[in-house]
Amino acid sequence: MVIKKSEQIVTARGLVKKFGDFTAVKGIDFTVAGGECFGLLGPNGAGKSSVVRMIHGFSPVTGGSLAVFGKDISAGSREIKARIGVVPQDDNLDPELTVWQNLVVYAGYFRMQKDRAESRAEEILAFMDLSEKSGHVVEHLSGGQKRRLTIGRALINQPDLLILDEPTTGLDPHARRIVWQRLRRLKEAGTTMILTTHYLEEASQLCDRLLVLHRGSILEEGAPAELVHRHVGSHALELGLDPGQMGMLAEGLERLIKSRQLLGDEMVLFTDQGRDLAAKISARADEMDIAISRQMLRQSNLEDVFLKLTGETLTGDHEEEPGGDR
Amino acid sequence: MPKTKELIREIFTRPDLSWPLIWRVFYRNLLVFKKTWVANIMFNFVEPLLYLWAIGLGLGAYVASIGGLTYIDFLAPALIGSSAMFSTAYEMTYGSFTRMTYQKTFHGMVSTPVSMDDVVMGEIIYGTFKGVLYGMVFLIVVALFGVVKSPWALLIPFPLALMVMIISILSLIWTSIAPNYDSFGYFFTLIITPMFLFSGVFFPVESLPAGAAFLPWLTPLYHAVEIIRPLTLGLVDRSAVTHLVWLAVFVLLTVRIPLVMVKKRLVQ
Repeated sequence: MVIKKSEQIVTARGLVKKFGDFTAVKGIDFTVAGGECFGLLGPNGAGKSSVVRMIHGFSPVTGGSLAVFGKDISAGSREIKARIGVVPQDDNLDPELTVWQNLVVYAGYFRMQKDRAESRAEEILAFMDLSEKSGHVVEHLSGGQKRRLTIGRALINQPDLLILDEPTTGLDPHARRIVWQRLRRLKEAGTTMILTTHYLEEASQLCDRLLVLHRGSILEEGAPAELVHRHVGSHALELGLDPGQMGMLAEGLERLIKSRQLLGDEMVLFTDQGRDLAAKISARADEMDIAISRQMLRQSNLEDVFLKLTGETLTGDHEEEPGGDR
Repeated sequence: MPKTKELIREIFTRPDLSWPLIWRVFYRNLLVFKKTWVANIMFNFVEPLLYLWAIGLGLGAYVASIGGLTYIDFLAPALIGSSAMFSTAYEMTYGSFTRMTYQKTFHGMVSTPVSMDDVVMGEIIYGTFKGVLYGMVFLIVVALFGVVKSPWALLIPFPLALMVMIISILSLIWTSIAPNYDSFGYFFTLIITPMFLFSGVFFPVESLPAGAAFLPWLTPLYHAVEIIRPLTLGLVDRSAVTHLVWLAVFVLLTVRIPLVMVKKRLVQ
C-alpha cells in the first residue's frame, strides 16, 4: 500500500488512558501524517508508552477516540496490526532461536509465504548489517545486535507505520549511532515513524515533529528546531555565581535575555545573542567585582526547552510518577 | 466482587481466534522444543521409569494381584497417563510463565495480527502435544516391559490428549495468577501430586475411605487412567465412553477460562 504524504496515519482526539485510579494519558489530541517521523518526548511516567501501546492495539483506549489508517483501533485491530511494525522497549526476541529463525517465525505471524518470508529476512539482515550473524542463536548476540534485529523484525511486513518505543535505551553510544543511521535511512525511504524517547539528541536527530508530554498532558508541539527557537533561543550561557547577585549583573541586559533558569547553584541564561551577552556579562562582572566561578557559552538544545517548560530535567531525578514508566 | 463478575461475563464472550495463526504460535514453540528435546525428554521420562522399577517391580513383587492383574500390569499403563500429565504441567507453568513474563514472547506475538486468544490457544495445543508425545514415548517403554497386550493401545493418544489438554488449561489458569516461579511449588504440591497419588495409578480408588471415594472422579487423571489401562491390556468395555465424555465435557467447559485470565493479566 502506498501512503500519500498528506494522509493521516494516526488521529487521536481527547485520548485518555487510565490504570485503575491513575490517569496515565489525560485527554490528548494529535495527528501523525504519512512519511513523517513523529516523536513523543518526555521523562519516565509521562505517558509515552501508554500512547504507543494504544496505537498498536495492545492496550485498550479508556476514553476519546483513536483512529489508525482511518479506522477505529478498538474495532478491527488485526487488519491494523498487519500494517504496523512494533519495536518494543524491552527486547522480546526468541532467545533460543537463531537470528534467521526469529525473522522467519515472526513473518509467519503475518501469514507470509515461506519464500516471501525468506527473501524479506535476507533483505533485512543485509540492511541491518546482521547477515554474518544469521545462524547465530540470539542469546549470544550483543545488546546492539539484538536491538538491530528487533528493529529488523518489525520491518518484516514492510509496515506502513513503524512504532519505536525507546529504541536505543540501554545501548552504548556507538551502538546507538548505528541504530540512528538505520532509522534515518528508513525515514529517507518514506517510512512513517512514531518514536518515543527521553534522549533529546535522538529526538532532534530523527524527528520532524515532536510532542512534549508531561504527566499525561501535552506541553508543547512542533519541530525540534522551532521549539528551541521559540522557547530558549540559540544559545545558553551557564554562569556559576551567587544567584542573589544575578539581578544586579543582568540589569540593563534584559533585551538580550530570552529566558533564565536556576539549575542547582548555576544560572542559565537563554539568548539569541550569545557572544554579545557573554562579553557584556564578563565586563560587568569585572566592573562590579562579582565573582563568576564558571562561565560557559553553548548552543541551546531540547533539554533546555524541556527544563524551561517543566522546571525538571528529562532524566526525571526530581520526581517520580506513581507506577513508574507506563 | 466486580472483578469476578467481569471475568465470568468475559468467559461467555466469543474468543478472537484465527486458526492459521494459532498454528504459527504452536509452530514457534515446537521449533524451540526441537532445540532442547533430548535434555527435555530425559528429564520427564526417567522419573516414571524409576517408579516403574522401584514400585512396579520392587513393591509389586509383594502384591499377588489387583483385580486379577499383576501389579506391573496395573501400574505401567497408568504411568503413561501420569508422565504425560507431569510433562504438560511443567511446560504450562514454568515454560509458559517464562514466555509470558521474562521473555515477553506473548507481547511480541500480539504486536502482529496474532491475538492474545490465539497465543493462549497455541499454548494449550502445545501443552497437549507435549503431553501426548511424552505419554507415547512412555508407552514404548511400557511395551518393552511386555505390558502392552492389545492393538487397542494405539487409541491411547485420544484419551491422553483430552486429559493433558485439561492439565494445560488448569496449569495456565494457575500461571495467569502466579506472581513468581515459587508459586508453582503450591500448584504441584496441592493439585498435581495428590492427583498422581489418588487417581487410581498406584492402587484402585475403591480402597479409599467411603467419604473420599468421590474425589478421584473429579480428577482428569482418574478418567484417563480408567481408559488407558483397559486399552493397553485389551480389556475395553463401555465404561470407557463415560470417561471419554467426562474428559471432553471438562475441556469444553473450561477452555475459555485461561484465554480470559491470561489476557487480563497482560493487557491493561
